[in-house]
Amino acid sequence: MPDVRYSKRHRCEWGTWGLVAATQGAAELMLQEFPDVRHVYLASGSCLPLRPVQELKDYLADRPNTDFIESATTADVPWTIGGLDHERFTLRFPFSWRKNRFLFDRYVALQRRMGYKRHIPNGIVPHMGSQWWCLTRQTLSAILSDPERDIYDRYFKRVWIPDESYFQTLARQYSRQIESRSLTLSKFDYQGKPHIFYDDHLQLLRRSDCFVARKIWPFANRLYDAFLTDSAGAMKRTEPNPGKIDRIFSKAVERRTLGRPGLYMQSRFPVEGRENGLTCAQYSVFEGFSDLFENFESWLARVTGTRVHGHLFAPEHAEFADGQTVVNGALSDSATLRDYNPRAFLTSLIWNTRGERQCFQVGPQDTIKNIEWDIAKDPNAQISVISGAWAVPLFKSNRNFSEIRQEAARLQQAESKHLGVLRSQWSKARIRIWTMADFIEAPMEPLQTIIDEIGQQNMRGIAEVPKMAELTGFGQFLQNLKNQGMHPYLMGDFPVAHDPHEQQNNKPKPYLVK
Amino acid sequence: MEWLKKAAQAYRLRWKRRRFLARAVRKRRELCCVKNRTNQIAPDAILGFCTMRNEMLRLPYFLDHYRRLGVVHFLIVDNDSDDGTLEYLGTQPDVSLWHTKHSYKSSRFGVDWLTWLQMRYAHGHWCLTVDADEILVYPHYETRPLPALTNWLDRRGRRSMGALMLDMYPKGPVQDHPYAAGDDPFRTLCWFDAGNYVIQKKPDLGSLWIQGGPRARCFFADNPRRAPTMGKVPLVKWHWRYAYVSSAHSLLPKRLNHTYCENGGEIFSGILLHTKFLQVIVDKSAEEKSRQEHFANSTLYDAYYDRLIENPNLWSEGSTRLISWRQLEAMGLMSKEDWV
Repeated sequence: MPDVRYSKRHRCEWGTWGLVAATQGAAELMLQEFPDVRHVYLASGSCLPLRPVQELKDYLADRPNTDFIESATTADVPWTIGGLDHERFTLRFPFSWRKNRFLFDRYVALQRRMGYKRHIPNGIVPHMGSQWWCLTRQTLSAILSDPERDIYDRYFKRVWIPDESYFQTLARQYSRQIESRSLTLSKFDYQGKPHIFYDDHLQLLRRSDCFVARKIWPFANRLYDAFLTDSAGAMKRTEPNPGKIDRIFSKAVERRTLGRPGLYMQSRFPVEGRENGLTCAQYSVFEGFSDLFENFESWLARVTGTRVHGHLFAPEHAEFADGQTVVNGALSDSATLRDYNPRAFLTSLIWNTRGERQCFQVGPQDTIKNIEWDIAKDPNAQISVISGAWAVPLFKSNRNFSEIRQEAARLQQAESKHLGVLRSQWSKARIRIWTMADFIEAPMEPLQTIIDEIGQQNMRGIAEVPKMAELTGFGQFLQNLKNQGMHPYLMGDFPVAHDPHEQQNNKPKPYLVK
Repeated sequence: MEWLKKAAQAYRLRWKRRRFLARAVRKRRELCCVKNRTNQIAPDAILGFCTMRNEMLRLPYFLDHYRRLGVVHFLIVDNDSDDGTLEYLGTQPDVSLWHTKHSYKSSRFGVDWLTWLQMRYAHGHWCLTVDADEILVYPHYETRPLPALTNWLDRRGRRSMGALMLDMYPKGPVQDHPYAAGDDPFRTLCWFDAGNYVIQKKPDLGSLWIQGGPRARCFFADNPRRAPTMGKVPLVKWHWRYAYVSSAHSLLPKRLNHTYCENGGEIFSGILLHTKFLQVIVDKSAEEKSRQEHFANSTLYDAYYDRLIENPNLWSEGSTRLISWRQLEAMGLMSKEDWV
């Protein structure tokens, strides 16, 4: 090959001066041996041209005086990840960052404490950027034949990662026109290491319209075949547009650092407090509603279009909507499986049904001891409580009064404890608690609020109301409990004689918001 | 005092590991070399390690799959097969083969034998330890073979990768779906449980104890603690001093079990598609029940084998049909981290 030359070899290690020295040597040889060359493009063995070379030639011919080199001052960009920014130009770095991190860090700390600072020669302003540039002969030769080059070389030899700052800084001294971007496409991960491109990136790379990309996996044969063979082809005059594929890479960083909230799996198992949300989506918990209203679950499902389960934590089995025994994700309704790890049960249910809001009932008879704190602390939970409503099924039941009294005492104690959890300072859910007496004074208003918050299509007010249980004699029932020495207090004040708002319960009342 | 406790635990684990290694050295006498082709192993070769017994049905697909992924050499211990497994493996050009008639259970379910082979041949290699009924998939596995993955893991400074074992099952009783050697098993075993896994962190080994899936749902609903462990660490850049603790579920030193992220982020993981529920499971369960070689307290698992012998149907309304690795990744059963 007549136009290939070998330049002097240098030992090149990541972030060392050898990279710059080798580049200088090769560039000098290039400018000397090939007088026709106008632009010099620096590339490496893992770079791959994505467009026919002729297109690049045409592109550069249209811009004969432009230097393409990414070059920015350290103050303006937050590129350096976990590294040093301005200090890389003012400290000394005799120890390798890769091989001898401990001494590297200690020595940097020592210099910081001593207040040591290197002098930057000739008042140049350090710039940095991608080491893959394309410079014009004028700029490059000016850098290489600068009478003060020795001073600069001596200075940059001791700078950290000089290959990202030597040409980037000096080009600013001589260039007539700098385009501060690299013509080489390269993407960096959250640690600042370059992403590698594989066979399946073919379309992605095509879409970027860039001239050259790196790094390519050495065995990505499909990429080499595709890009190195379709030489001539149709000449495109499109601008490189790496921004088109940026989203994919920024999403990747998010996936690595934040993960998918509400997901627990073999490679994401956050310690408590670092979950970014216990569950992945909002859900609603209703306590006492299905006791007070006869058809609450079916009504709620109709009005909101959500999936409404029964008591998910019922002692016998999880009461999934429509009596299912297994739901999405093959989550079983078995109580032992559920109680083995109730938190996993809840988070799995919410995760498995992403895109469909879940509602479920909770009552003091349920096994919620190991899950109530999780729900109360979960900002995704919307908890609505009618306290004391558990008394309604007892009131309706046909059991012996002594049994009822005992059961009432048990439930009241359980609910009171549970309300303590909901009212604690650590709870982060959206919690509303009404006493039963307050609630039945004006049931539609709270219902409307809850439904609005669920925020499904129904914005025109509730056309249909749930049917409240018949409460005639409920006041007397409570009084009987009191007479037996068991004071029910969670439901609020119910007068013995009159039955509140009977008319409301039987007829649907039109209700309008605003 | 916290550090003292930690130091004491680290010391205990160190001795535990040494005991495992000593055991493996002792147990080498149980192995009888049939074909040793380990001189073919190149310095950067990815190795496959496996103990098996009567796996003629699964072997052709198994070898095919892992060859395609870029495993260049298999080191296999045959535990007294009588269905031609030994002869078949002997003719494969990239398999080194050992044979033993000794007890699977008393060699810690084959781990001792493999630890010895790994100690001798795997040092410095990425090595994949799987059972014959486990098919590894990971994000992009169709276009990026294992060398691409291990290269990427190396760049990240990782030495191990975690995987979830995903029990695959057919729709309908398991025996009703014929499978012939060499076929793609996931044409019939194309259903799985997508979201009923429970995870606990093991305080001593630092590994995740994952349970769930169809076996927990159908066979262990009354005693979930006994349900099989579904987490594994199948891919490890080996050092001769490493040792698996129980099957490939966890290993020592314990830092290798840390294949998960605890601050909310995700790291890379794969899935072992488990082809246990091919039609042969029914007959094999009857045999295993009498051999009592598979569990530490084998008698406790009699009921489990009885259920398998009854030709069960694992399928349910909530089961998910396998489509692609992208589906598994999107469902959160594995993660591609930022390997886009």
